[in-house]
Amino acid sequence: MSGWETVIGLEIHAQLATRSKIFSGSATAYGASPNAQANLVDLGYPGVLPVLNAEAVRMAVKLGLAISASIAPRSVFARKNYFYPDLPKGYQISQYELPIVANGSLEIVLEDGSTKRIGITRAHLEEDAGKSLHEGIAGMSGIDLNRAGTPLVEIVSEPDMRSAKEAVAYMKKVHTLVRYLEICDGNMQEGSFRCDANVSVRREGQHRFGTRAEIKNLNSFRFVERAINFEVSRQIDVLEGGGKVVQETRLYDPDKGETRSMRSKEEANDYRYFPDPDLLPLELDAAFVQSVRATLPELPDQKAARFISQYGLPAYDAGVLTASRELADYYEEVFRLAPADAKLAANWVMGELAAALNKENLDVGSGKLPAERLAGLLARISDRTISGKIAKEVFELMWSTGSSADSVIESKGLRQITDHGAIERAIDEVMARNPGQLADYRAGKDKLFGFFVGQVMKATGGKANPAQLNELLRKKLSG
Amino acid sequence: MSDLHRRTLTELAAGLRQRAFSSVELTGELLGRIEASQGALNAFITVTRDAALEAARAADRALAGGGGGPLAGVPIAHKDIFCTAGVRTTCGSRMLDNFVSPYDATVVRRLRNAGAVMLGKTNMDEFAMGSSNETSHFGAVRNPWNRQLVPGGSSGGSAAAVAARLVPGATATDTGGSIRQPAALCGITGIKPTYGRVSRYGMIAFASSLDQGGVLAATAADAALMLREMAGFDANDSTSVDTPVPDYVAALEGPLAGLRIGLLKEFFDKGLDPGSERCVREALKVYESLGARLSEVSLPHLPLSVPVYYVVAPAEASSNLARYDGVRFGHRCQNPRDLNDMYRRTRGEGFGAEVKRRIMTGTYVLSAGYYDAYYLKAQRVRALINEDFIRAFREVDVLMGPTTPTPAFAIGAKTADPITMYLNDIYTIGANLAGLPGISVPCGFVQELPVGLQIVGPHFSEARVLNAAHAFQRSTDWHTRVPEGYA
Amino acid sequence: MYDFALVFSLPQHARRLTFMALTREQVASIADLARLELAPAEVVALQESLSKILDFVGALDACDTANVAPMAHPLVALSQRLRPDVVTEEDRHEQYQVNAPLTTAALYLVPKVIE
Repeated sequence: MSGWETVIGLEIHAQLATRSKIFSGSATAYGASPNAQANLVDLGYPGVLPVLNAEAVRMAVKLGLAISASIAPRSVFARKNYFYPDLPKGYQISQYELPIVANGSLEIVLEDGSTKRIGITRAHLEEDAGKSLHEGIAGMSGIDLNRAGTPLVEIVSEPDMRSAKEAVAYMKKVHTLVRYLEICDGNMQEGSFRCDANVSVRREGQHRFGTRAEIKNLNSFRFVERAINFEVSRQIDVLEGGGKVVQETRLYDPDKGETRSMRSKEEANDYRYFPDPDLLPLELDAAFVQSVRATLPELPDQKAARFISQYGLPAYDAGVLTASRELADYYEEVFRLAPADAKLAANWVMGELAAALNKENLDVGSGKLPAERLAGLLARISDRTISGKIAKEVFELMWSTGSSADSVIESKGLRQITDHGAIERAIDEVMARNPGQLADYRAGKDKLFGFFVGQVMKATGGKANPAQLNELLRKKLSG
Repeated sequence: MSDLHRRTLTELAAGLRQRAFSSVELTGELLGRIEASQGALNAFITVTRDAALEAARAADRALAGGGGGPLAGVPIAHKDIFCTAGVRTTCGSRMLDNFVSPYDATVVRRLRNAGAVMLGKTNMDEFAMGSSNETSHFGAVRNPWNRQLVPGGSSGGSAAAVAARLVPGATATDTGGSIRQPAALCGITGIKPTYGRVSRYGMIAFASSLDQGGVLAATAADAALMLREMAGFDANDSTSVDTPVPDYVAALEGPLAGLRIGLLKEFFDKGLDPGSERCVREALKVYESLGARLSEVSLPHLPLSVPVYYVVAPAEASSNLARYDGVRFGHRCQNPRDLNDMYRRTRGEGFGAEVKRRIMTGTYVLSAGYYDAYYLKAQRVRALINEDFIRAFREVDVLMGPTTPTPAFAIGAKTADPITMYLNDIYTIGANLAGLPGISVPCGFVQELPVGLQIVGPHFSEARVLNAAHAFQRSTDWHTRVPEGYA
Repeated sequence: MYDFALVFSLPQHARRLTFMALTREQVASIADLARLELAPAEVVALQESLSKILDFVGALDACDTANVAPMAHPLVALSQRLRPDVVTEEDRHEQYQVNAPLTTAALYLVPKVIE
């Protein structure tokens, strides 16, 4: 990679979470049976006409405001003309010269903790196409137009990213943002959040951009990273071998881990864009934009900054906890009910809770462990009823039985032992039973301290308060 | 009574309401005339006999009960460009030869709700592209005044049907003159309303920024009645204008005196047939005698309206017709080798020569490298033409002139050369580019062929334009003439 | 060459001086874009008629349109209306697919699409 610089721009298509389609009153719900949600307008029947969905407009404006972009007071819908079976009218209604949103940006956090501003050239509204299914029908493809007409917002970044990691960080930032704004469910498996990557390389110090290839339809963060890395290597190999990078569209093959050229794509698609005469220019006044602004939630960056200042959390924790609104809300509820230790709460939410949810493929909104129950557990750690270690056991039982922390602690007798006398007695017993190790320790084998800790813990069923145990043990062992 | 066909739509609506005759009787008579005329005129593509009689029976029941809408029991025809639920809708094309529409156009629904009885779907130039009704997949339509001649286009079927008194009124569409020009060539009245006045939902699109649905009938009063029922805001059409529809019928009788008429300098010159010019000038004298004031106006960019149109209309059409691909409805070629072959042969077979010519023209003027020079340029000149009209309407209330440069011409006479055909619309296209309402009324004959007078008004001045047309028809009888053999 | 002056009194300079002819290759590539299969005779005929049409519309060149905004629409003063986000449609695919040339299991069938 030495001597080469990578240049990446991402085009993200996010399906807007409206109830009906952008230009027709058909439902947008995922998973309907084929063509059950394709009406005459979606099917491009003779004589039908598009009418614009107000909520799609509001959602696009929300996005524009959240990325500090300009909202165009006047934007125009244009036809992008090409032939494909999943494109019923033979053109896609999109926006070309005058998009609804322009000149925004997002900040991403790099691995070293520094931040970088990624420019967003534009975001525009357009309709999604249908789907082609190829399995099971010999020599034919089956076309399902349920998805045709679903509203999309296409978000085009500046070519500001310089590594696959930066690209993934940006993509994740956009993904979080659209879910915060409740304009997109971000479900990549279902295709509601898709990414195309424009990748090129150039010699370090070279001012001009190299020829870029476009990798289409990357639907996971992992694939984006791998595809970009593969493509960068591929292009460098080509150039170092004296060849030229071809400007083309490529697909990522996740099984082989490589990108390949799309065979059937024409050399140059002349889309013959022109303003759609069936739609009038979209005009948005200040009052409309203001009314949308009033519905903006606290944005991820604002929330993370607040978590740092309000809860005293480090940036990393704030970032993880604010990755989704549900998780952030959950954390704040936990803290509200167990306000003794913000960092403790953060550790548990990011640690044990996240791991348990992941294992069962649940998300924090699933209700498996409501915030007040976790808060109950944390309160018992903070008031030293149980140690952190025991708390993990309690957590597991709470998780599997749905009981509260208190009922598990009581029923299993897991209260921490904080009574000096009891701990001392346990230590005395262990020392008495292990004279050899005692002698070795006193002779200088410091490592045996851990042995004694373990033995006392075992003797107390793990319930001795660790801090007190350590203090008392040290005193007694040294004689 | 066997002379019911001689009555105007207005008279028939009144007669039905008065129960002087029944809709079934009237419908039956007209269906008979249609069937008898098909060989000679070919005005219809589909005749819906059984459904028509059933609708007529229902209308008679409603009328008997004192109910029924303003057009209760009145037989009409729809240009085969309007989608009619459960009824074949071909748009004059092989591409839609077998297409049965699952829905009604808004215009169709409104006229049905007003009580009108549909007798069938009229013949037309394929996808509304033509000025002579010679490009239809279903054969040419003949002019009832002289069957060797064209009736005009693209609404040739509707015009011939009304002229031959097969129906008292018919819907039609006008993109560059396709209502007004056939009205002129067939000696009847035809109105194209303001762009956005009549819903385009269900009206198969040719050129979306130019298409408008309108009426062909014998008189301005008839046109006013039908238009009043057809017009109005439709939430399904984003280009439909939300302003109230005046009662065009009530507005017909208002006084004309003082009407300022502008005569378009650009239209009275060498291109205009002298006989037609004489008829138009006589008509203008009638207006003067009624108290109108004539003056000359110049719209210097108007001569460029035909070249503008033949960039803009094909461009929009090339995109509107991309949906005809053999996938979801309409014609599909046999045994396609692959997807590309399916598209190419389906469209190559489904479309006729004129449609292909316009799709090719439109594709070219939108293509990379040519968009600015052709499409954008044309839309800029369009803006200049529009400004010319705006300026003119500060000085005058309406513009008048001939509707066409010549009367009807022979079938086959102009098909060899597209431009010669395109120039038929030279006086009508300007109103489409600017979205203005225009009407053609019969104003005389040249060698026994009808001549039309065109009246164009500012946006949403249909009431005034119809009023002016009606005033003319009160003082003249050109609109009462019926071709020999059809009286 | 269209003698516009016969029809209108257009000044001499408004007429195009050069005849713009399309090559057969250009016609073929437009036909590709438009997905139209043309017989050889059609290609020749279109070469001629398209060239005439383009020459005809070339008259627009002579018009000075500097600083004139393109007019896409007669409704210049109006803007796009918005409709409420409500589902108004139900599943009618059986009715609609009556018109379809080829379907299976409610899918529209076409020759295989190669990706």
